[in-house]
Order: sequence, then C-alpha cells, then structure tokens
Amino acid sequence: MSFVFYLLAALTIAGGLAAVLLKNTVHCALSLTVAFAGLALLYLELDAQFAGFAQILVYIGAVAILVVFAILLTKGSETPKDGVYSKNWFVGLVIAAGVFAVLGWAVLQSAAVLPHQTGPAPTVTVLQIGNALMGRYVLPLEIVALLLTAALIGAVIVAMHEKESAK
Amino acid sequence: MFETLDQIFVLLRHWLVGFLPAAWQPAISVVLSVAVIVGLFPALFALTVLLERKGLGRIQNRIGPNRVGPFGILQPVADGIKSLTKEDIVPTSADGVVHFLAPVVLVVAVFLGFAVLPMGRNMTLVNMDASLLFYFAIGASTELSVFMAGWSSRNKYSLLGAMRAVAQMISYEVPLLLSSVAVVMISGSLSLNKIVEAQNQYTWGLPHWYIFTPWGFAGFVLYAIATTAETNRSPFDLPEGESELVAGYFTEYSGFKFALFFLGEYLAMFSISGLGTTLFLGGWSAPFSFLGWVPSWIWFFGKLLVSMCVFIWIRGTLPRLRQDQLMNFAWKFVLPLTMLNLFDAALWHFLGDGWARWVVCSAILAVAYVGMAWVGMRTKHFGARSYRYAE
Repeated sequence: MSFVFYLLAALTIAGGLAAVLLKNTVHCALSLTVAFAGLALLYLELDAQFAGFAQILVYIGAVAILVVFAILLTKGSETPKDGVYSKNWFVGLVIAAGVFAVLGWAVLQSAAVLPHQTGPAPTVTVLQIGNALMGRYVLPLEIVALLLTAALIGAVIVAMHEKESAK
Repeated sequence: MFETLDQIFVLLRHWLVGFLPAAWQPAISVVLSVAVIVGLFPALFALTVLLERKGLGRIQNRIGPNRVGPFGILQPVADGIKSLTKEDIVPTSADGVVHFLAPVVLVVAVFLGFAVLPMGRNMTLVNMDASLLFYFAIGASTELSVFMAGWSSRNKYSLLGAMRAVAQMISYEVPLLLSSVAVVMISGSLSLNKIVEAQNQYTWGLPHWYIFTPWGFAGFVLYAIATTAETNRSPFDLPEGESELVAGYFTEYSGFKFALFFLGEYLAMFSISGLGTTLFLGGWSAPFSFLGWVPSWIWFFGKLLVSMCVFIWIRGTLPRLRQDQLMNFAWKFVLPLTMLNLFDAALWHFLGDGWARWVVCSAILAVAYVGMAWVGMRTKHFGARSYRYAE
C-alpha cells in the first residue's frame, strides 16, 4: 500500500462521487471517465498492463463516448429544475450497499481459498494471457463474442429503415 | 564510428547524466528523453506547417507565404508569436472548466503516444510488453477531448463538429486496429520493438518489411486510409469543414488554445505516421542492407517526413467526402477488407515458408479487390443526380 495507491484510490473515489453528485449530466459522464481512468491506473500500479490498457481502450475510448452520445441524443442534457436526485434514493442506496457487500464478501473469501502466495507476484505477459484466452478459457470467450454479435445485430435491426410498404 | 553516430543520442544522454549523483540518474535520464520529445516534435510541427503552406500553395498555383524572412521560412515563428499574443476569448455561456481542459487533454494524450515509438536503435522511451495496446488506448482517449471541446463551447457548429468528429473517429478506429492486428499476428508480439526487429532482416539485400508482403501491402493501404480519417485530414476533414461548420469543434477557441488544437492535430499525424512506419515500413531499419551504415534515427525521421508529405499531397489533391459517403466507406468497404486481410495474414502464417503463400495470398487479395471494383462499376448508375437527404 504505497503513496501512489492512496493517490490513485483518492482520484478514483473522487471521480465516482462527482459522477453521482454533480448536477449537469455531461459533467457526471466526464467525472465517470475520471473514475475509469483511476481504475486503469490502479491496474497498472498492480503491474497488470493488459487489463489496464484494455480498461482505457474500452471504457474511456468507447463506453464514455457512448454515454455522452446517449445523453446528447436523448435531449436529457438539460438539468431538471427540481434536482437530479431520485425520490427513492434510499432504496438505491440499500441495493448498492447490498451488491457491494456481496462482492466484498466474495473477494475476501476467495483470498482464503487460493493457495497462500509468498514472495513477489508472478509477472504475466500478454502472450500468456492470449494463450489462456485461446486455450483454457476459449468457451467463455466465445460465449461473450456470441453475446456481442447478437447485441450488434439487434442494434442494426432496431436502427434499420422501415420497409417501404409501411409508409 | 558508425556505431557512435547511430547511438549518438543515447551516448549523449548517458554522458550528460554521468555528471549527476547515481541516485538521480534514472529519473533525470527519463526527464531528458521526455524533454527532447516535447521539444523536437513541436519543432517538426513548425517545419511541417511551413512545408504544407508552401506545398499546398504550389499545388494550387500560388506561391504561398514568402514575406517573413527569406522565402518565408520564418513564417512559423510569426504564427507562433501571433497565437501567443492574441486574446484568449472564452464565450460567456461556455462551460469554463471543460472548455479549458479540452485542449490540454488532447495535447497530453497525443504526446503520451510518442513514449512507445521506437525512433531508432535503442531509442524507445518506454519499452513495454504491450506497447501497441498502450498506443491505441491513449489514441482512443483523444476522442473524449474532441467531444469536450465541442460540447463546452455551447455553439451549434462546435457541437455538430464534435459529433461528426467522434462518429468518424470511432468508425475508423475499427479498421485502424484490425489492420494493425494483422502485423501482430505475423510478428507474434504487441511490443513495437520486437515488431521492428522482426522486419530488420534482409534477403538478397532487400528488407523483410511487412509492406512487401501481399497482406502487408493491402494492410498498409487500409491503415493509411484509416489514419487519414482518424486525424481528420482531407479528404476526411468533415469535422472542420469550413464551408459548413466554420471550424468544427474548435470554432470557439482562440489564441494559444487554438494553437494547441492545431499542434495536437499535427502531433497526432506525426505519431500515427510513426506507428505506421513501425508497423509496415520497417521502423528504423534501412531499405537496403548496404545502407545499414546510415544512422537508424535518420531512417525513422526520413520515413516520417515522407509520410507527412504524402498527407499534404493528398490534402491538395482530393475533394472532401460527404458524411454518408464517409460512413458507408468505413463500414461497407474498409471494414470488410480489413477482415479479409486478417484472414489473409493467418493463411500467410500457416502456409509456411515457400512460394505457395505468395501466390495464394496475392491471388485472394487480387480477386477480392478486382471483383469489388468490377461489381462496383457494374452496379453504378450514371445519370441525373439524385439527392438522398435534400429532397
């Protein structure tokens, strides 16, 4: 737990909090990007190069852009007068806390199950990740690919022009 | 002697750092390299802007800038002083913080890309395992700065320009990545240093550059198209089409912030040309084995400047596309061909050494391209102009 870790953690949490608390929706989206970047830097600090760069490529390069486009194209970019807080924020808080508790519990439990590791963490190259994805984990990879293809086809069908006879 | 000349910058850095206490040496050495990159590329930018203004002038039957200094060579200095002394205007309704951050984010992200480019033998600032992935990750984050600039200006032209720019950059990023993936498949590494090493071999005095293979040639053409679009250069310069959108996403920027956008655009061109050089044109390796004595950095920067000249030449030659043509071109033409190129590269890998792979891979690509051109010409209807959107 170095100084860099605390710095990055503070950045990530600040970005996340700003994404929830700011009034303007586009500002929220941009703060969410800061949180994404903080997470990527945390991965890099753990020497997980592939995960870190993939996080930047996917979340900052694609997801953040998608979010701001969605905000702009749905005419929701104007801030409502009565604030952005939902009336049932308490329910949301309970659900979020529940999810966090389950995830935290799972992570803490897994530390006990895994063989106890001493010494420095093993260095993992991109080559090893590629071999693992194409070997042992090829089925999950293919299922994800299928899911994404289905989503893509669905999006194209939604966006497709209506047939001429429908006029 | 040749060794010394080849490594002169590395040796120079080593010599300079030698004066400092040992504890400081690694940090200062990195700072020195960064300072050189941050100084060198803006200097190249000034040179290129002059070259572009002169060259475009000649292409358009003009003389170009010729008043500042002999033959106008001091024009970049005058431009720099002008942009520094101009008033920095921020619109009243603009979003101040985001408006300020946008050019900063752009220039920082673009500069980060230079960190992984091998600019000569042993001349890579950060030699990491996944440097190609790093480059694309950083490149993807420039899109956000374009959006920030367009949105925060509160100007319809800025916003439209930003939307166009982001849509275009996302569309052409897919072929950009996929055409580079073919190189990764053949060289078996994401490290740019290893990709250059793989190309730095010679048979009969000729280099093993990837552009001299069927899939590499097709890949390079697709890569060049995608980079032109990715850097918003003509003929893909719709985001800043001055006849429609004033100046696109940086309409509301003036003074030095405008200069930063200008700088960012050219730096992006440098860095993406450098990446193309590394991936397809053999990076810092010499074009013939008997030219191996010329310092490696001369080859890298020579190839870089040739790419810039091609960019300028294309800008002076081709007219601008229309928005729907741009999108159709990306998704219906470039993307399928990059997919085919991936298949071709895989075939090249599995056919092994010998002449068979040259014949098979060339034939597949030739059939695909000629067939596409033939079908395209056959189905094209020449007649009265029809308007799709302006009925």
